[in-house]
Formats: sequence, C-alpha cells, structure tokens
Amino acid sequence: MSAPIIHMENIKKHYGNVIALNGVTFDVRAGECHCLLGDNGAGKSTFIKTMSGVHKPTEGTITFEGKPLSFGSPRDAMEAGIATVFQDLAMIPLMSVTRNFFMGREPTKGRGIFKRFDIDTANEITMAEMRKMGINLRGPDQAVGTLSGGERQTVAIARAVYFGAKVLILDEPTSALGVRQTANVLATINRVREQGIGVVFISHNVRHAMAVGDRFTVLNRGQTLGTATRGEINPAQLQDMMAGGQEMAELEGSLGGTI
Amino acid sequence: MSTDTLAHSDERIKSEPLLAKLMKRPELGAIGGVVLVTIFFMITADRTMFTLSGVMNFMTPAAQLGILGIAAALLMIGGEFDLSIGSMVAFAGMVFGVFTVNVGMPLIIAIPLTLALAAALGATNGMIVLRTGLPSFIVTLAGLFVLRGAALVGLKLFTGGSTQLRGIREAVEGDFLAPIFSGDAFGFIMRWLVEAGIVDSFKSGVPKVPGIPVEIIWFVAFSAIATYILLRTPIGNWIFATGGDALAAKNSGVPVRRVKISLFMLTAMAAALVAIITVIDAGSTDARRGFMKEFEAIIAAVIGGCLLTGGYGSAIGAFFGAIIFGMVTIGLTYTKFDQDWFQVFLGAMLLLAVIFNNVIRRRVTGER
Repeated sequence: MSAPIIHMENIKKHYGNVIALNGVTFDVRAGECHCLLGDNGAGKSTFIKTMSGVHKPTEGTITFEGKPLSFGSPRDAMEAGIATVFQDLAMIPLMSVTRNFFMGREPTKGRGIFKRFDIDTANEITMAEMRKMGINLRGPDQAVGTLSGGERQTVAIARAVYFGAKVLILDEPTSALGVRQTANVLATINRVREQGIGVVFISHNVRHAMAVGDRFTVLNRGQTLGTATRGEINPAQLQDMMAGGQEMAELEGSLGGTI
Repeated sequence: MSTDTLAHSDERIKSEPLLAKLMKRPELGAIGGVVLVTIFFMITADRTMFTLSGVMNFMTPAAQLGILGIAAALLMIGGEFDLSIGSMVAFAGMVFGVFTVNVGMPLIIAIPLTLALAAALGATNGMIVLRTGLPSFIVTLAGLFVLRGAALVGLKLFTGGSTQLRGIREAVEGDFLAPIFSGDAFGFIMRWLVEAGIVDSFKSGVPKVPGIPVEIIWFVAFSAIATYILLRTPIGNWIFATGGDALAAKNSGVPVRRVKISLFMLTAMAAALVAIITVIDAGSTDARRGFMKEFEAIIAAVIGGCLLTGGYGSAIGAFFGAIIFGMVTIGLTYTKFDQDWFQVFLGAMLLLAVIFNNVIRRRVTGER
C-alpha cells in the first residue's frame, strides 16, 4: 500500500483543564476513504479542526507527504491541499452556483483596471465539474438555495476537488440528508476516491461509513480505539466500539433490535 | 458511469421562458416602478414634465439622491447600513466650505481633502462595526447625530455664529476644476441640437436646456461603474459573499473586513461628493443639508431590489429607484395634486418594494 499523504501521530489537545483529545493517531492514503467514527463529544470535531489547521495540537506530530508540518492557519492547510467541507458548507444560498464555486478564488481575464471576473470560463468549469459529479444544473446561474441538501454537499465537494485537494475532510456530510440524497453523496465520495484523493469521512452513522469506507477508526472520549480494515469488522462491532460497548447492549435489549 | 449518460438534460426541468428569467432579476421591481410612475404622470401631469427641460428638472434631484443610493445599495449588499450619510453630507459640506472660503484652498486640494476626510470617517464607522460586532444600524445612528451636531458647531465656529456659510461660489469661481463639479456639461451638444432643430430654444437661439447638469453625468457614470464592479469583477463577488454570509465568505478566502471597510468608505465619499456638488451649486452650505437623505438613499436601494438582510440587490436597481424618487418629488408639482402627497407615495412605494423583494427572494432561493 502507498505511503500516507498525512499522518497524525499521538495528537493531544487540551483546553485549559479539559482534555479534548488524548492521543489520537490517524492517517490517510491516496485513493482511500478512511472513516472516523465516534459518538457526540468523542472529539471528532476537535480532531478535524486540528487536521485542517484551525487548532494547533497541544502535543503530537503531523507528517504531510513525508515531511513534518505545522499549520499556522486554515489557509496554510488549504494551500497544502487539505480541504475541509464543514457542515455549514460555506455556501451562500442567494448566490449562483458559479459564484459560490469560485467564491474567493475568482478566475480573471484582462489586466490592470480591466481585470475582471471571467464569468464565462467560471460558468463552463462549474457546469463541467458538476456534471462529473453526476449533477445536471439547470444553469450555472441557478442559486444554491434552490439545490437540495445533497446537491449542495456535492457542490462543496466538487469545489474542493477542483481546487486541488489531496486530502478531503468531510464533516458528517450525510447527517441531515434523506435516503436518496445520502446515496448520491456516498456515490460522490466514491468518485472522489477514484480520482486518487484521500477522503476522511466523519460520521456517527455506521451504515453510511460501511458503504464507502476502506478503513475505520473509532474515537471515544478523545482516544482512538484502533483502526480496522474493511472486512475485518462488522457493523455491530463498530457500533459497540463507538458507544463504549456495555450500555448499548443493554439498550438494544430493551428496544428489541439493532440501533 | 460515463459522462455522456449524465449530460442529458434533466427531464423534470422545463426550459425557462425569458420572462421567468427576468422575474428573477433584483432590479425588475424598480424598472416596473419607473414604468408605472411614468404612466401615472403621463396621465395626470402637465405635458411639460416630459419635455427635455422637465426631464432635467426631475433628474437633478434623482441624481443627487442616486449617488448616495447606489453607494448605500453596495453597502447593503455587503450586509451593512449607513445611517450617517445624510449628516455626512452636511459635515462634508461644512468642511468643504471652510476649506474653500476660510482657508482659500483651490479645488484641486480642497476636493481630495474633503473626500479623504469623509473616507477616514467612513473607515472609522466600519472599524467600530467590525471591532464591536454591533449592528451597523446602531453604530451609524450615533454617527447621524454626531456628524449633524459637528456640522452645526463647525459652521458656527467658522462663520462667527451663523449656521450658514456663504461665498463658496465666489471662492471657487474660475477654478479649472469647477466645471467638473458644477453647472452643466455638454453645452456644445445642446447648441448643436438646437441648430439641427431637435430641441427647443429661446428666441435668441440659446437652448432652453443649456446642458446636462453635472450631477446627472456623475450619477450615470457611477451607476455604470458600480454595476460593472458588482457583476463582472471578483470584488463584486466578494461584496455579495460578504453580505450573504460573512463567515462562509471568510472561510472561502474572501477578505471580509477589507470589503466592509471599503464599502463604508465608499458611502461616506459618495456623501462628500454630493455635498461638494450641491454646495458649489448653491454657493453656500448649512447644517440642514442632506437632512433625511440616509433614509431616502436606503429607500432608493430597497426599491432597487436590495434585501435588508444583505447579499442580494443591484446597483442599476438603485439607479431606477432614485429616478422614481425624483419623478415623484418633482412630478407632483406638474399635477393638480397637493405636493405633500409625495411622502405618502414614498412610504407606500417602500412597503410595496419590500413585499415584492421578499417574494423575489423566495423565488430565487426556492424557499416556499
């Protein structure tokens, strides 16, 4: 197997006397989907914020493409090729898909005071990139507000991929979606992976993770409980690890089925 | 999946007729408004309203308001308000008057200095809004009183107790920059049109309309440039993004702070420009100059399709909004109606525009 693009070793993060992360080890290889699973409060958000340069780890090392690295800001991480799609998606509903797609990174033509937003090129690229992801837009000037949740998620992913992401971090991309839209987003993740991008898929839904994941790491109370490869583990075991085992078994017994 | 199976068009979407597309433009309401108001005055007003001199008559106040309105529209699209622009007109007028009359500066120094001072005050507004995180509505409401008061105190101080500063026309007379900021432009075209028999002239052969008042030229140029910047430059995209969702914009690499501060500076400078033009034109300045203009500018922007919540609107819409404003204010004098109906009319227009904009926004975002 190829060497990891990014390797995070024994990451610790303390906020005053609160220990949010207590030794997390995680890596992503090109062309794989590595799922990070954990219940609410497990430290998933803190961890991906560390990975995307928002927070600095209190302890631990980050190795990016074989070299030790420390991100000063989210921008540094973005420039290195780590793109994060947060739950709010950084999308503006009133603006067109094209304007959202190129927000902050507009292509220009002309020079001097005639330097202007090259809207035709931007429209073409947007339509083409969205088509690659399996979405046919009504037009590039369609407002993002008219898209479904899954489509918005896909625009955000397509944007990250277009701007050269090597590692794509997706923060619970399926948590607010219906069944159909979830399937679409999972298909998009699959496409992205096939392009050789390392995907970090954060979720607390085991079934969604099992559908696309190559490896699974479970986070519980700020610690990694280990990493399993696809086929080594079944959903029930993952579920138990996430919940910390015991109580889940009792709950399931009283509810009479798998949650 | 191959791309050609995906490239087929979505069967759920009917092709969109042109009218439906137009329905989604923010300036539609304002253009419709201009048409309605024109029809109204065609029926009720004296025919002289739509002669060339009549048009110049209502376009002059429209232009003075429009310069403010377009700046206010850009700021509103960027997600902020500036309630201090009316007072800024008075303050900048006072400063400009003092520079030219009391200090005796030539325009080439007085105008840039006045604009720079206004820009600095605008930047201060922006800085306070960004630092404190308070709504710009409140911060600039303070500015409304502070600047109005400062204009009054300043006038008294420099005139020895009067609230009016006179002698500005005499002070700037003969200055080579004066024709750019006062009087009429393109007089030669008017004379040529008279010779060609296209426009009316007095018996002496002097055209009835000596030229186009300079503020109209400034107004048209400003709206053209603002529209270009908004729709065709990266900065325009940043303005929309900043007003739409400042956090999302910031996370996408848009320099949100710089955009907002620049917009505050622009509105303040637009107010100073209006002050310079109107003060030279009147030859004097007083503390009531620009009174209520902040609200009228916001009305023009809202009639022009700007949402109060930011992130949506148009500069060309504010252009038409200001024209509606000018037509109503001046147009009523051409009718048999009491002129004071104008405020009633304006309030009704504002309410209609806000309701209409809300519908448009739902259409655009697909909310139901």
